[in-house]
Amino acid sequence: MKKPFAITLDPGSSLANHTGSWRTNRPEYVDRLPPCNNACPAGEDIQGWLFHAESGDYESAWRALVANNPMPAVMGRVCYHPCEGSCNRAQLDSAVGINSVERFLGDEAIKRGWAFDDPAPYSGKRVLVVGAGPSGLSAAYHLARLGHAVTIREAGPMAGGMMRFGIPSYRLPRDVLDAEVRRILDLGVELELNARVDDILEAMSDGPFDAAFLAVGAHIAKRAYIPANEAAKILDAVQVLRGMEGEEKPLLGRRVVVYGGGNTAIDVARTAKRLGAEEAMIVYRRTREKMPAHDFEVQEALEEGVLIKWLSTIKQAGEQSITIEKMALDEKGVPQPTGEFETLEADSVVLALGQDVDLSLLSRVPDLEVTDGVVKVGANMMTSHPGVFAGGDMVPAERTVTVAIGHGKKAARHIDAWLRGGAYQPGGKHEVAEFGKLNTWYYSDASKTVRPVLDMQKRITSFDEVVMALDEGTALFEARRCLSCGNCFECDNCYGVCPDNAVIKLGPGKRFRFNYDYCKGCGVCAAECPCGAIRMVPEEI
Amino acid sequence: MSFQPVKFYQTGTFTVGNRLLPDAERSVQSTVRRHNSLNSGHRACQGCGEALGARYAIDAAMEATSGQLIAANATGCLEVFSTPYPETSWQIPWVHSLFGNTAAVATGIAAAMRVKGRSEVRVVAQGGDGGTTDIGFGCLSGMFERNDDVLYICYDNGGYMNTGVQRSSATPPAARTATTMAVGPTPGNPFGQGKDLPAIAMAHNIPYVATATVSELRDLEAKVRRAMEFRGARYLHILVPCPLGWGHDSALTIRMARLAHESGIFPVFEAESGEVTGASKIRRQVPVEEYLRPQKRYAHLFSPKPREDVIRRIQEAADRNIRKYGLLETTP
Repeated sequence: MKKPFAITLDPGSSLANHTGSWRTNRPEYVDRLPPCNNACPAGEDIQGWLFHAESGDYESAWRALVANNPMPAVMGRVCYHPCEGSCNRAQLDSAVGINSVERFLGDEAIKRGWAFDDPAPYSGKRVLVVGAGPSGLSAAYHLARLGHAVTIREAGPMAGGMMRFGIPSYRLPRDVLDAEVRRILDLGVELELNARVDDILEAMSDGPFDAAFLAVGAHIAKRAYIPANEAAKILDAVQVLRGMEGEEKPLLGRRVVVYGGGNTAIDVARTAKRLGAEEAMIVYRRTREKMPAHDFEVQEALEEGVLIKWLSTIKQAGEQSITIEKMALDEKGVPQPTGEFETLEADSVVLALGQDVDLSLLSRVPDLEVTDGVVKVGANMMTSHPGVFAGGDMVPAERTVTVAIGHGKKAARHIDAWLRGGAYQPGGKHEVAEFGKLNTWYYSDASKTVRPVLDMQKRITSFDEVVMALDEGTALFEARRCLSCGNCFECDNCYGVCPDNAVIKLGPGKRFRFNYDYCKGCGVCAAECPCGAIRMVPEEI
Repeated sequence: MSFQPVKFYQTGTFTVGNRLLPDAERSVQSTVRRHNSLNSGHRACQGCGEALGARYAIDAAMEATSGQLIAANATGCLEVFSTPYPETSWQIPWVHSLFGNTAAVATGIAAAMRVKGRSEVRVVAQGGDGGTTDIGFGCLSGMFERNDDVLYICYDNGGYMNTGVQRSSATPPAARTATTMAVGPTPGNPFGQGKDLPAIAMAHNIPYVATATVSELRDLEAKVRRAMEFRGARYLHILVPCPLGWGHDSALTIRMARLAHESGIFPVFEAESGEVTGASKIRRQVPVEEYLRPQKRYAHLFSPKPREDVIRRIQEAADRNIRKYGLLETTP
């Protein structure tokens, strides 16, 4: 080839120069565990479903959500959202309203009639679930999707367990609960109501069932000894809240005293107010800080005019009055009696002192370990009797709907593996994506959307839902506040900021790949990744 | 401003791309069809701001001109690391000029295109701050005053970096270079020297002058696009951090550019016919110290004895920029 004057070589491309050999640190794409997912008792992949919600693809978001939790509309109302408590965005402005987006997706699914994906092919195995509360329903759902035939036996007249007989309808409207239960049954799960199981081993051999999951809950109200006049009206919280589901509402009188400091005590006091009580007063032996009830519920109750008497115990109950004794905290923070008494007018006293589990169905099971009134289970949720698993309020754990739903899922996975003759191996936990791993410069400034609340007059006179829903626009806004901690959301930053074009874009949904032939290991991509999904690791030479 | 940021959709226009934005609102750099005008395999240092700035600007110019672009390139880092004979990283028609005459060479190319009736072919001249503010200044000023149809892009890293970090007339006050050592009572580059080239360009009353940094990609791309809407002399001055000369970690290149903007040290604005038409506002203001501290060229301001007096003078200069260009968001 004839070359121009003074040119002796053909032009070449710098692609021949593999600058990757300069590298001492290499970038790697990682998926870190978002703190919300880490905190979720039901093991939801929150960042994962928000990713779909961000683009307005609510159905994909809902499908990703129900892969772990079949009841988002219920969750979006009753969950205490520990996810929001650990959300990294709280350190920027305020936590993402995960719970309200979950509720929006749940309601959207009901409105649009979305059905679950079809179950896996039938495994030939039959599983008995005892109890149609959150844990039992969750286990039944997961087992059904895994291809097993599931029968739920419920002692009560309706499904839902504590979601129906413990949570007032102003927090969880019953049509929402019914819709989400129905969708689980539509998977082919058989539900037998008013079918109390008295002997689990007999029920299993009669089935026959290959495995059983017990989730009978904790329905027996704890009592405290209170010297009472014969005419005194003393009820318990379980009885009152359960009575709300019947035709005849409980008669509590004009002045109602509730004894206890948990969420149930708050529920009863707020229910009493709605039933027309002029005065609903909670008597609790410790202080507000020590109260086990969630602070936002205490706040809502106080807004509705519920009175709370801190540092007090009930000494005696009479026909229309009670005597309380004032308490004082000692140096260890334990309440001690002071000898100071006070008389309060009260038409009825409702005890909300916690609940015990009715373990009678297990009385014939040999070698069962029961501690403090709850059944001991292994890490795989199996009791000491092979094939009998348990979860929810009847095993040692925090007693919330979300924990129960998480137990159901976990147990279902172990039951499935056990039925197939193996052991379920959960995937390794990724390292948590803490705030320090993010580059928050890139996120738009946007503070949390506040959920609308029912007006006060309606709140205290009806059982209408107190906290209202976000509409589509605000739910989308809220979803887009997610920082996607630790998981690539395809912002193209790494692809754009690489001075060496050493990032290959693989297309929507497929993320990126490093071209190590040219990557010099400068670390700009890792430093500028908003969500902390790139890690720099030393090269081994 | 040519660029109107989108402030929502999760990351809005802060990130390079955003899957939530319509295609038309995404950056050139986020697309797989981007030209990669400056290809892989170039010999720039790890984390080079200039390599990044050049690809950002030339890819945007290629997009704006539908690929009808010729570049003249002054001697300097950009030329040395991209084109060691016989290899090149450039994927566009590209001419290496002398150190000092790139504006004149570009003027010649533009004239040739005009004579050939190829007015759709646009011309870019580019160089570092040495080739622009010092050595090529005469040719550049001539190009401006004749209003030749060239977009001149200066990649400003504040010194002659590939020859061993010597001072240029764009080196900022107090910065240590090989020729302004951190010794004596006033260590580093003296205060009161150097040139403000964007202001000089504006004084020529050319159609368009703008500044940008590698930390604001969307703003940079919009300015290149805007520049290509004009005929005549245009000037774009891009701040490109240099891990070698500035002495910061190679991963911090974009962060340094961002802090230069957020502290007010480097005002990002644009001007038409000598009149400022807009400035990129500071989003989260930081004291200059935050910008200075990660750079070893300012290490003598922090140890062995903190030089608060010098830092204060730098802060005063930043505050002047903030006032002069209205860099703070005014609350209505």
